[in-house]
Amino acid sequence: MSENKTVRFIITRQDTLDSAPYEEEFVLPYRPNMNVISALMEIQRNPVNAKGEKTTPIAWDMNCLEEVCGACSMVINGKPRQSCTALVDKLEQPVRLAPMSTFPVIRDLQVDRSRMFDSLKRVKAWIPIDGTYDLGAGPRMPERKRQWAYELSKCMTCGVCLEACPNVNSKSDFIGPQSLSQVRLFNAHPTGAMNKDERLHTIMGDGGLANCGNSQNCVQSCPKGIPLTTSIAALNRDTTIQSFRDFFGSDYQVD
Amino acid sequence: MADNREFFYRRLHSLLGVIPVGLFLVQHLVVNHFATRGEEAFNNASHFMENLPFRYLLEAFIIFLPLLFHAIYGLYIAFTAKNNAGRYGFFRNWMFFLQRVSGVITLVFIAWHVWETRIQAMLGANVDYQMMADIFSNPFMIGFYIVGVISTVFHFANGLWSFCVSWGITISPRSQRIMTFVTMGIFVALSIVGLRAIFAFV
Repeated sequence: MSENKTVRFIITRQDTLDSAPYEEEFVLPYRPNMNVISALMEIQRNPVNAKGEKTTPIAWDMNCLEEVCGACSMVINGKPRQSCTALVDKLEQPVRLAPMSTFPVIRDLQVDRSRMFDSLKRVKAWIPIDGTYDLGAGPRMPERKRQWAYELSKCMTCGVCLEACPNVNSKSDFIGPQSLSQVRLFNAHPTGAMNKDERLHTIMGDGGLANCGNSQNCVQSCPKGIPLTTSIAALNRDTTIQSFRDFFGSDYQVD
Repeated sequence: MADNREFFYRRLHSLLGVIPVGLFLVQHLVVNHFATRGEEAFNNASHFMENLPFRYLLEAFIIFLPLLFHAIYGLYIAFTAKNNAGRYGFFRNWMFFLQRVSGVITLVFIAWHVWETRIQAMLGANVDYQMMADIFSNPFMIGFYIVGVISTVFHFANGLWSFCVSWGITISPRSQRIMTFVTMGIFVALSIVGLRAIFAFV
């Protein structure tokens, strides 16, 4: 019975960085429990479109296949999400796949997410532990705080929050929710907090935190359920305090 | 915006919207409400405001300069957004969209309103109950003022909500949710004040 059942995919494709996107339709044999990635693999095996013409296989990114790496994000039926956890049984037919338009398209569904990795470098999203000598153990982190921080550390740089944000677009240089929440994570770490003011000053720069318009799409869209808007509001308070400290003066930079 | 001034401009924009522009709005709506007590009460109240000492300084620094900055920078903010409430129909995203739409409507309304009253006063017209009654003898203008006042009050009330987030006053989702109810309460209450004043002239 399942031999006759098919699923339809309408995929937005793009051959090169600058070429115009176009849509191509595929009809695939249905298999139980198939997800978007297994469908794309099916097209890879047999790259024939719905008109029966031979075509090139679809290009897309993937890695972990269990929604922890963030590589396979794409816009599925209008919503950005990971294609590995997008089960075809739960999707409306035809399934529409498109690349995340916030990022430069490399080819088909494959996008260049490097702006997010650049942002992480910009905000120093790490704990500096290197010195010219052994610095020893850092201050202890309370266990309950660690458990809370773990939620923020689940960010996989998938780009869904940037795609959903109305203020991240070609007209604005907003850094986006992803790296802002990482500032909160690393500022919360007892050793990371030693460079708290540097991170805050970075996000107080152009294209930083102040560009958030509170549409709160990010927190609604985050596949990891990271409290992005709580992070942003908390950073708003931190930067308020930092700016008062900067202006009214203090003879020390950080607690 | 060069030189890392964006943070300062954004925060200034947020602050000016509440203090002094928002406070002026509330005061203006309250004074207008005197119209419900009759022509004389309204004229007395408006003449009291007109004859405040240092009037030009008060107008410049409490109304026009902050308002001008808020309006111009607000337009820049509104037009750098790529609205997507159709695709992401979350409540806050609609409010984000409406905040920008109401901002633009309010700007048009206020520009017209200033032209019709303050500029005319400068050109020698007498701003009083009769002037507003004349304006509202045109049903189109009643509609225009209703839309304008509701849009202004919404922009102020919802702006209070985002003011509280932008300055880090409401951080937790719970406090933000409660603030939504509080600010929407303010929206309804001030709308009633504004609309009652309009209908007092009709």
